[in-house]
Formats: sequence, structure tokens, C-alpha cells
Amino acid sequence: VNEGVGAALPRKEDDRFLRGRGCYVGDIRFPGMLEVAFLRSPVAHGVIRAVTAPAGARVYTMDDLVGVQPIRAPSSLPGFRRTDQWPLARGRVRQVGEPIAMVVAPTRAEAEDVLDAIALDIEELPAATDMLAHQAGPPVHEGWPDNVVLHTLVEDDLSDVAAPIVVRRRLRTARQHMAPLEGRGVVARWDPRLAQLEMHSSSQMVHVTKTGLAECLGLPEAAVRIISPDVGGGFGYKGILLQEEVAIGWLAQHLGGTALRWIEDRREALSAQANCREHHYDIAVHADAEGRILAIDCEAHVDAGAYSAYPFSACLEAAQIASILPGPYVVPRYRCRTWSVATHKPPILPYRGVARTGVCYALETTLDAVARRAGISPVELRLRNLPGPKAMPYVNVTKKIFDSGDYPESLRRAASAIDAAGFGERQRAARAEGRLIGQGFATFCEQGAHGTSVYHGWGIPFVPGAEACQARLTADGGLELRVGVHSHGQGMETTLAQVAHEVLGVPVAAVRLVHGDTAMTPYSTGTWGSRSAVMAGGAVAAACEELRRRVLGMGAHLLQADAAEARFEGGEVRAGGASIGVAEIARVFHRAPQNLTEAMQAEGLECTMGHKTLRDTGTFSYATHAVEIALDAATGRVALTRYVIVEDGGVLLNPLVADGQVLGGTAQGIGTALLEEMPFDAAGQPLASTLADYLLPGATDVPDIEILHMETPSPISRFGQKGIGESGAIGPPAAIVNAINDAIAHLGREATDLPATPERILAALA
Amino acid sequence: MKAAAYELVRPATREAALERLAGESVKPLAGGQSLGPAMNLRLLRPAQVVDVKRLPGLRQVVEAPGFIRYGAAVTHAEIEDGVVPDAAEGLMRHAARGIAYRAVRNRGTLGGSLAHADPSADWPSVMVALGATIVALGPAGERRIPAEGFMRAPFVTALAPGEIIVAVEVPRIAPGTRWGHCKINRKTGEFAQAIGIAVAAPRRLLLGAVEAPPVLVRAVAEAEAALPWLDAPARTRAGVALARAVAMMEGA
Repeated sequence: VNEGVGAALPRKEDDRFLRGRGCYVGDIRFPGMLEVAFLRSPVAHGVIRAVTAPAGARVYTMDDLVGVQPIRAPSSLPGFRRTDQWPLARGRVRQVGEPIAMVVAPTRAEAEDVLDAIALDIEELPAATDMLAHQAGPPVHEGWPDNVVLHTLVEDDLSDVAAPIVVRRRLRTARQHMAPLEGRGVVARWDPRLAQLEMHSSSQMVHVTKTGLAECLGLPEAAVRIISPDVGGGFGYKGILLQEEVAIGWLAQHLGGTALRWIEDRREALSAQANCREHHYDIAVHADAEGRILAIDCEAHVDAGAYSAYPFSACLEAAQIASILPGPYVVPRYRCRTWSVATHKPPILPYRGVARTGVCYALETTLDAVARRAGISPVELRLRNLPGPKAMPYVNVTKKIFDSGDYPESLRRAASAIDAAGFGERQRAARAEGRLIGQGFATFCEQGAHGTSVYHGWGIPFVPGAEACQARLTADGGLELRVGVHSHGQGMETTLAQVAHEVLGVPVAAVRLVHGDTAMTPYSTGTWGSRSAVMAGGAVAAACEELRRRVLGMGAHLLQADAAEARFEGGEVRAGGASIGVAEIARVFHRAPQNLTEAMQAEGLECTMGHKTLRDTGTFSYATHAVEIALDAATGRVALTRYVIVEDGGVLLNPLVADGQVLGGTAQGIGTALLEEMPFDAAGQPLASTLADYLLPGATDVPDIEILHMETPSPISRFGQKGIGESGAIGPPAAIVNAINDAIAHLGREATDLPATPERILAALA
Repeated sequence: MKAAAYELVRPATREAALERLAGESVKPLAGGQSLGPAMNLRLLRPAQVVDVKRLPGLRQVVEAPGFIRYGAAVTHAEIEDGVVPDAAEGLMRHAARGIAYRAVRNRGTLGGSLAHADPSADWPSVMVALGATIVALGPAGERRIPAEGFMRAPFVTALAPGEIIVAVEVPRIAPGTRWGHCKINRKTGEFAQAIGIAVAAPRRLLLGAVEAPPVLVRAVAEAEAALPWLDAPARTRAGVALARAVAMMEGA
């Protein structure tokens, strides 16, 4: 049985997950553990006059947290305005839900009783809630002349572009919440023996959190250990350093050993914690009469919320819009201006797909309008504008290097699979019966595993360098892999074992992945940006290659063969007619080292190796989503009747895992397209604080999704693999709204804003 | 969030339950699918919660010639699964299947839903459409209240303080009687934005989930005019739901 790269192995970790034996932060208990709850701001903008705690209660405010520094996530981009996010509000609150005080009690219910008994005197002030009114609203931070966190320009004078077709659209994507099944959670205690804060936190980037936490608490990094156990979904939500982590870390240190626990509840998650995705686009596409793009001109706003969240900062989203708006296309001329705007709402942070979901929506829906104007099909328009396989590697207008692939072929296969050619006839027949049906397409590419050269330019609190793996052969022939990324749905306990098997021949069952613990793993920026399969996969290969070199030397020595004649094959060292397996070599090294040379003993069977891709500008996976919908004109409800995805993720480490990633992301993208919306009123109050108001896609909202794979190797990654972790979440809003617009185009109507709710569709049809 | 402190009592007899329910700051608990979240969000803070679902008779189903009497603590899932008989030729099973999701249906009860009186819930509409009778128990004994008019306003019922629902009597409709049901909502299992129910005999056309007690009309054409308190899109939606229910009933 092939267990190496490309094998469709069932996931090792599912044995515990499917039996309900995963261990999450909420499962961790310590004797005498106390519960923490937070008093949160009831207003979006206000000045705290007094916090009066009931007698005898254990209540802490920022005044108690002496020496603790605010969370700061600046960018070095020119003009970026910095924010101080105190772990507990200091004098002023800038969003509903901002922590004001921390309460400790034996149970969460008792802690909430104390919250009820605290008298909070707060003067409410007018709130800034409209990102387009960044010059008009009350300043979110004192001393700011306006609410612009950062303004970026990609300048080009487009006045000489004489285009017969100019299509301009104003489009909006809703503010969303990432809504992982498991929310945030912290269990922390001070370990007096190690003089170390031990914090268990549901996190996707433990090392970055450790650095930020140590800075805020004024502790040496060695005095902080972050452990992230099983995590029920990350999506970016588990990437940021929380005010709660800082406050609890301080208190755990000061209690000297008592464990503290805070488990975020759904209401806190929905009403108080970070959001994502709120963009506004004013986009114009200039095209020739045949639909070839001549220029794109865009002004984009991002509602960044009240604070620059650590570590990605308040500018990443808008700056990314400017750099990726041209999508997968050949775009000769390009101008884009962006504004990251502070408002009295929770901070925005990157959600699966980051800005790509919004950018893809803006460009792809506008391109369909261009196709209608040019009188050609959406498929034909895209084929006329995508770079072909001979153009690869293709450097686009914003200097992105598309590494490999056949972009038009993904579209042709999707169009064929969904019968685009025969659809017009079916659509006419349906209309004749009074039914509205439509087809929509979205083609996009996804930069993944982009590294140092891309990130150091942002000047934010972290820059990814080489990714490291520590590999260790044990005396029984087992292999431990220690990695600084975190697997929380990506299946890395399986795929990284497959990589190790590919290189070192150790059975997948004998490979153990250690991850999610700063004390046990080499430094890493963690799991984000569709990077782990490429970066950690490459690191595991590098470490296993080094072990293979050492094993080969030891094996040759044990076989009394010349090292030059020995070879590594089939998981063993062979020389002449003799052979010795990796497990036997590992046994000799640990238990009979006298049989090896001094140098071999010194070198050992444990190593840490770093990996970078051949060029750190990222792998570019790409995909076409094709969807068919039926629109109920009386209710405005949309049914997804076909969904086809053609995806090129390069060489797939494990096709089952890749499918799982694409399916999960697509479900989230369907939520973005049709359901999910975090509205705020003019006073900055969140209006969706329960899951009865914030609608997530359920099983009945996700159709059977057909995935077709192309596998064009990336020339820059170790096995040709590409990052695809976010891909599924990028395409659905564009493809689905394009299908809606196709269904109603003959009525001269168009949907513009996400999510495409029944109310919005009925309004478009009215 | 966690509920404020409360005392949970599980009386063994109806008399003991009524005694408890006569107190101050008391809430009866059946399946807890509405009361539980409201208490956890601390929107409700009863001092005492009286678990009534184990009271004698509340899980009982009695088949009479002209009607079926369902104990109030019969669950949505038991109706959905056909564990209990359906007095309405499948309409009750059909409606039960559309309530929230299975975990809620496993615990939520017929009587609890009616007593909670959320206009967008299912049973308040279905029971009016079927001309059911609600059996209430209070200090003065049992009394029978027509489902039509039982909901006075959103979350307000004809129950007197200290009274609970113990059963629902649903008249049998004749074998082969056609019916139609249409629930419009954002996604499967979500609260209804409109409910239309049509029963052929005795003929009833009902508009439910109208931010008020359900409304009976004689014809689809009357629907929008019968709902003057709703905004225009909601009126239209209600009319669509009823029209589709009628179409389903008529086999169109």
C-alpha cells in the first residue's frame, strides 16, 4: 500500500475525533481551578466614569494590571496610525463588548452573578459606524484628524484609456463573524517550578501569541509557554492575541499557581470579538468591444473596527485588496486606492480567504456585467482574459508571480461539467414555465505559503522565515515530528506523516506529530495563509532527508559496506545483497551505540531543519467555481442546484484531505454568499448576538459539491504542492451572485450586496 | 452565559406541582428549548423552575373516536417519528419535521411550544388550523380552551397565573382529507417568516408567523388585507405561503 505523497489515506486524527475523544481547551481541568468572566462594554463609544464592585468580590480593572502593556500591532507602511488596545479598557471604550473588568469566582455562573452586581457608570458618546464617512464621524482615537488608519495608492493615470465598454459597480460585502464551532478559550496557571506561565489557548499560531503575550506582560519569552490542544476550527479567528489572554496571563502570574479558565460563549463571540470581511468597492472595468480588459480602476474601503488586532494589523486586508484585485487575469492598466477605516466596532481580522473573497466578488460580478455588455458569455469573456499555460510563470500587473498551471483549462472543464453550452436552452424553457434559473462562474487564484519577501514589506509584528521541523527517530523505530504549525482540520497528523514516509519509509502509523506547544516545537509563525502543506511539508521533508543521510551512513557502517555503495531504498539501507532497516539502525543508535563510530554517535538521529520554497513569493493555486441556481421570485430564496469546482492545488499530498479543505471552505463561502451578516445599528450595537440572528450554513444549505482536480506541480515547492486551504471560501459569493444575476438579467436587474438575502433579491426584483 | 441561580423542583403529583406553581417567580419547565436559552442569557431569572414533564398524564396519548388527546410533554420528535398517532392525516408529522433541528425536537414539547406562544413557532399555527382544544390545569381543576384565541399576543396566552397545559385535544380529520403546509424561512429549521396552512375539511385557511396570533381567512385573496400591521414585504410573504399551502392541498 502506498502511504506516501499522493495517497488517499483516511486521516489518522479522525480516530479520536470521530469517537468524541478530542481534547479541547474546554476539556482541561486543574484542581482548584477558578472561572473568569469579563464585564464588557454595553456601548460602542463611551467614557468610563466608575466601576464599583460589590464588597468581597474579586474584580480587576486596568488599574490593577500594573506594568501591563497594551496590545500593539502597528504596520510600518507610511501613514499607518497606531492604536493601543488595552487588555482591560483604560478610561474609554471603543466597541460594544470591550472588556472593562475581569471577575474571578469558583464557577462561571457565580462570576456572572458578580458581573450583574457591578455598578458601571459610563457616559455614552456618538459612534462612528460608517466606513464611507471616515472624515465625518467622531474620531475613534483621540487626536486623530479623521478615522483613516491607512490610505494606500496604486497609481496610474488612466485618462488615456479609451475603452468602448466601461462598467462601474458599487458593491458591498457584509461584516461577518468567523464562527468556528469551538470559540476561543483559555486555561492558564503559573508554574512555580519552572517560573513559567503555562497557557492553554485555542490558537492556530502559538509562537506568535507567545511573543505578543510576553511583550504585553513584560516577561522573558522563556517564562511563557503556550499550548494549543485540539482546536475546533481556526479560520483566522484563532490567530489573534486576545485582550483576555493578556488579562488572564497577568492574573495567573499574580495568583502564583491557581489555574484560571475562561471559555468564550457564543454570545461573546458574536457580539464582542473580532469580525471580518466588511468591504465596499467602487470598481470600474474598462474593456474593448470584444471584452478584453484594458484597465481596472477601483476605490475600496475596509471597515477595520476599533483596534489594530495583533499580529495581522488593521491594514493587511485593505493593502491586500490593492495587491490582488486584478485576480487571475491579464490586466494591462490598473489603479486602486484603498482606505482602512477605524469604526466603533470589533477589530477586523483575516478570515479564510482574507481579502480574496471580497476582491473575487467585486471583480467577477463586474466582469459578468462586462460580458453582458459585450454580448458574450461569461465563460468566453474569462477565456479571453486569462493567461494561458504558455505564459507561465506569469508576472501580473501587481508583480504577483503565478507559478504554474493552465487557468483557462480550469474554466473549460468547469463549463463542460456543468453543461454551460446546453444551459441557455434549459434557461429559456424554464422561463417559459415561469421559473428563474441561472448559471454563474468565478475563476480566481490563491497565493499561499508566501514568505519573507512578501511580509517584511508590511512591517507588521511578524514575518515568516524558514519553516522548521524537528525530527527524531526513537529506539523502537518510531518517528517524532515536531512542528510549530498547528493542525486543526487540515489533517496534518496524516499528511505530514505521509511526507515523512515518502522520504524515510517509516510507516505512517509509526509517525507521531507533535504540534501546538511552544515548549515542544521549533519556532513558527503558525498556521495561516494556506502555508502549512507547503512550508511544514517542506520542513518535514528536509528533516527526514537529513535523517536519511545519517541513517544511510550508519547502515552502511553496520553492513560493513563502503558508504558510496550503500543506497536507501524501500525504507532500508541496502549494500550488495545485504540490507538493514531504519528501525534496526535506530535501535543500534540508542541501545548499542558501541557499534557505531564516535562521529555517528555524536551526530545522532535527531535534527531540526528549516525549509523555504525556491522562491518565497508563494504558490498560486487556482480554481473555477461553477454553480447553477433556482431563484424563487416570490420569496427571493435561492436554491443551489449544481455546484462544480475545478481546483488545481498542484501535487496533492492527500486528495481526501484536499477535498475536505475545499468542501469546508465552500460551505463557509456559501454562508458569505447567502446567509451571514453581522449588522450594527447607528449607535454601534451589534444586531446579531445569537445564532438565531447570525445565520450559518447548515447541511441543507450545502449541495453535493463535485470537485475535479488538476495537478500542475508548483515549481517552487518541495513536492510541487500548492496551498489551497482557503480556496473553497473564496469563490462561492462571486459564482452564486453571478448565477443570480444570470437568472434575472433578462429583467434588467442585478444583485449588488452580500449576502444575497431574500430581502435583497426581492428588492432587486421590485 | 450561565443562568442565574434557581431551584429546580420535580413534583411527583399534579397537586404538588400546582402548589409550587402558585408561588412567586416560578416557571414551569417542559423540554426547556426556549426557557433554557432565555435563562442562560439571563433574560429570565425565575427563582424556581418546576419540571412538569414527568407529571402523571403529560406523556400520555389517548385515542378517542373523534379526537386524539396528546399529553403536553409529547415531544416534536415523537410526533415526527410517528411514535404517537397523527390526528391530521400526516400534517402534524410534516410540521414536526420542520421544527428547528433534531436535538431541539428530541426535547421540545407540544405543550411547551403552545405555552411559550412564539408567533413564529409551528404548533401555535398548526393547532389553530386543526381546531384543537387546549386542556389547562389550574387550582380550580382542568379547563378547556380553544386553540383559536389561546395566543392573545406574542408570548401571551389565555393561561391564568399558576396554570399549565396538560394536554391538547386534536379533532381527527376524515381519512383522505387533503391539506397543505408552507413554511417560509431563511434556512431549514429556522424560525418561520411566514406559515400558510390549508385544510380541506373542515375547511380552514391559516396565516401564521405574522408577529401576532395566527389569522384564519376564507380565501387566499383575503390574506394581505387581513394583516394590516405587517409591512408590505411581510404581507406579500404571508400571502405566498398561504397560496402555496392551498396549491399543495389542491394537488397542484
